[in-house]
Amino acid sequence: MTTTTQQPLITNVTGGVGDSPMRPDGAQKTRGEFAYSSDLWADDMLWGATLRSPHPYARVKGLDITEALKLPGVHAVLTHEDVPDNIYGLEHPDQPVLAVDIVRYQGEPVAIVAADHPETARRAADRIVVDYEVLTPVTDAEAAMRPDAPVLHPAHEGGNIVRHAPIRFGEENPVADVVVTGEYTVGMQDQAFLGPESGLAVPAEDGGVDLYIATQWLHADQRQLTKALAMPEDKVRLHLAGVGGAFGAREDLSMQVHACLLALHTRKPVKIVYGREESFFGHVHRHPALMRYEHGATRDGDLVYVKAEIILDGGAYASTTAAVTGNAATLGAGPYRVPNVRIDGYGVYTNNPPCGAMRGFGAVQACFAYESQMDKLAAALDMDPVDLRIRNAAERGTVMPTGQVIDSPAPVAELLELVRAKPLPAIPTGPRDLRELPGGVSNTTHGEGVVRGVGYGVGIKNVGFSEGFDDYSTARVRLEVIAGEPVVSVHTAAAEVGQGLVTLKAQIARTELGVQRVQIQPSNTFVGSAGSSSASRQSYVTGGAVRAACEEVRAGVLELAAARGFAATGLAGGKVVSATNEVLADLVDVLGDEVVERTVEWRHRPTAPLDPVTGQGFAHVQYAFAAHRAVVDVDVELGLVRVVELACAQDVGRAMNPDAVLGQIQGGSAQGLGLAVMEEIQVVDGVVRNPSFTDYLIPTVLDMPPMTIDVLERADPHAPYGLRGVGEPPTLSSTPAIAAAIRAATGLALSRVPVRPEHIVGA
Amino acid sequence: MRVNVEVNGEQRTADDVWPGESLLYVLRERLGLPGAKNACEQGECGSCTVYLDGTPVCACLVAAGQVEGRSVRTVEGLGSAEELDPVQDAFVRTGAVQCGFCTPGLVVAAHDLVHRKPDASDAEIREALAGNLCRCTGYEKILDAVRMAAVAVKEQRS
Ligand code: FES
Ligand code: FES
Repeated sequence: MTTTTQQPLITNVTGGVGDSPMRPDGAQKTRGEFAYSSDLWADDMLWGATLRSPHPYARVKGLDITEALKLPGVHAVLTHEDVPDNIYGLEHPDQPVLAVDIVRYQGEPVAIVAADHPETARRAADRIVVDYEVLTPVTDAEAAMRPDAPVLHPAHEGGNIVRHAPIRFGEENPVADVVVTGEYTVGMQDQAFLGPESGLAVPAEDGGVDLYIATQWLHADQRQLTKALAMPEDKVRLHLAGVGGAFGAREDLSMQVHACLLALHTRKPVKIVYGREESFFGHVHRHPALMRYEHGATRDGDLVYVKAEIILDGGAYASTTAAVTGNAATLGAGPYRVPNVRIDGYGVYTNNPPCGAMRGFGAVQACFAYESQMDKLAAALDMDPVDLRIRNAAERGTVMPTGQVIDSPAPVAELLELVRAKPLPAIPTGPRDLRELPGGVSNTTHGEGVVRGVGYGVGIKNVGFSEGFDDYSTARVRLEVIAGEPVVSVHTAAAEVGQGLVTLKAQIARTELGVQRVQIQPSNTFVGSAGSSSASRQSYVTGGAVRAACEEVRAGVLELAAARGFAATGLAGGKVVSATNEVLADLVDVLGDEVVERTVEWRHRPTAPLDPVTGQGFAHVQYAFAAHRAVVDVDVELGLVRVVELACAQDVGRAMNPDAVLGQIQGGSAQGLGLAVMEEIQVVDGVVRNPSFTDYLIPTVLDMPPMTIDVLERADPHAPYGLRGVGEPPTLSSTPAIAAAIRAATGLALSRVPVRPEHIVGA
Repeated sequence: MRVNVEVNGEQRTADDVWPGESLLYVLRERLGLPGAKNACEQGECGSCTVYLDGTPVCACLVAAGQVEGRSVRTVEGLGSAEELDPVQDAFVRTGAVQCGFCTPGLVVAAHDLVHRKPDASDAEIREALAGNLCRCTGYEKILDAVRMAAVAVKEQRS
């Protein structure tokens, strides 16, 4: 028996675009019956374990697996010698599947084991003897850029600089009345999805392998797997298992190749499940950033220029560092009209943990810096910080620092007005409930030393893959009569990671085909690529593909109708209808035994690469905006912060599923709150000090305040249904809004997030 | 070793259990009940919450041997095949489920709360669920779900 058989999801029978039907997988998830990648099981299955480097930088001088192989219950111990093609990477292949002669970060995989019990596998891994010659790690990104720094990837041109993204816009030496400068840092944030990296690889009779996996992009995994395993595409089949959150951390491979190698080697199914500690080493993190900014403005508060240097620590391997750097640079001046911009973004190799995609993808770091600068500028001008932002707010028609004109609504000023207009929560008087004070039931204050502060932030995020990437999705839609009713089946390879894409695909099918019953087929590589569930892009791109496929199916049905003598122009309510919505026939009768199936590959309008010298170009397909107001209480004596309320306003173009939109805004805001006041992977000399939920804190229900949310729907004429990507913008602006609120409460400059107690009391 | 335990009203036996295995491992890997989740296995996230003799516990922190002769109720034991428990139903209806990895643990914790204290204030709900991490929802809709479930439980009682 295996638990890998995948069934289609049967959706509710109502709910089109703009409604909020319940999730088709919701009941299974609440019952504990939804099969996540760590829940899978097969007869005779083995467990995999990974031996990782304890050192951030070392030469591997010897590797002895003899003792590991002797342990009863061990079926295989594999090293780099067993990997057909050992180099992989999402954008730039620069990473070994298993280390060869050098390890470049703490936690780098060195060997893998399969055994009949997970504990046996771990003990066997412990018996592998590795002879390391420890080297001095390069841990400072700025130092790594200097010509005298040790070169970590000799094959890479440009020393340790993965990418330099320059933006040159307007005059070179503009002059301003008022100038403010600042240096800002952002700590390393972890995606901290709850479902650990895991999957089950099942060897197949044809010599291939079936991998059941939690990922964000099945086809990117497949592409890297076929290369590493040196096997043709039809022999490496991927099936999406239940995904317990992603947030960018599942874009790169983790245990995929390892599980397949072990399964192919042992001819048995192999399951690998990371524990929480291993998970901290098993995926990339948000790039820590060092950002130097200079803003110049007229005395009236018009921005004259922005100059910035943004250094992103990419860690040991490239992952998506180049794209993250491009985002930070192109969006680095914020959602403002700035006539002169000079930005240099750098993504850098070090021996720190590899960094790559996390919700917000380079735009988060820049937003903290430019919004902190806007507050500083407002103070220098003696202006209200929201007024200053509104005065300079981007709008439709604004030219971005890349020369790209914003060609759809950009209601930045309106979003700021909305959050500002929300009534402020009352400042409580009299005895206070401990649970509502900083420090909570730790009973650190009854209100003494507690000061309230209010702060604002607004951000800009690109939607979809940028800079000329061929960004597309594929949808197969099938319409037929089953048991006397018309039924639509939707098949894509898109990863449902929690966001609700399964619900949305059914809503689109229902709207486009006027049919109630919709089945969502399991996502796998038996249909073309859907691209990644990242960059806030799936509603846009896979949504666009599903709609396009539905349109072709509809055209096919209308041809059938015409052949049967009906001059039908549309489908509605299970009928074929005329241009005046007159019912002409039942869809069931028109279809008869026919199956209408269409597969469509759908692309958004193309973007263009940036000019490598000036950073000019039509780089982004769509921009998205959100604004936050944060209200905080700070215990200024102990440095403890409690966020009292968050107000958010976001333009989503079209709320395809209003409840899901709120869920994205609430969840995204929470991750921004985490970055503002608690979340940081502490890396000392390349070594992670807090790889656990005991020491890496994410917001609990006590940390997350009530939110008020305004959703604007200003249609983007270029996007399907006018929609705008939703997932990332709220993660951008909550962080600077909270930091600004803490500054307002304390009067401190606070140039670093997360803000820690010692930044408040030790300052 | 052998472990005998009542799970969701049924007597179950697990053989060849290693002394180091947790209740969570036995449920998930030996008894075919993967509902309780494994988000941290460090007692920090609550995703593995089950009832042990009627009290919610983190199954990852309970050694398998400790449950000998005792009674466990997991998320699979709430509601019935035909009908969701009101707490489960409220989680689906309010949109409190995104990836859902936190959901089984939260459902058990919320089930305990709304039966113990159907009149819980928001502050009390937050306190009761403070041991359950969710990374997707920002908790707002989870609070909605608990409030809705509490109403349903009160209606059931009256
Ligand atoms: S898995 Fe038990 S508390 Fe996290
Ligand atoms: S819904 Fe994903 S962790 Fe809660």
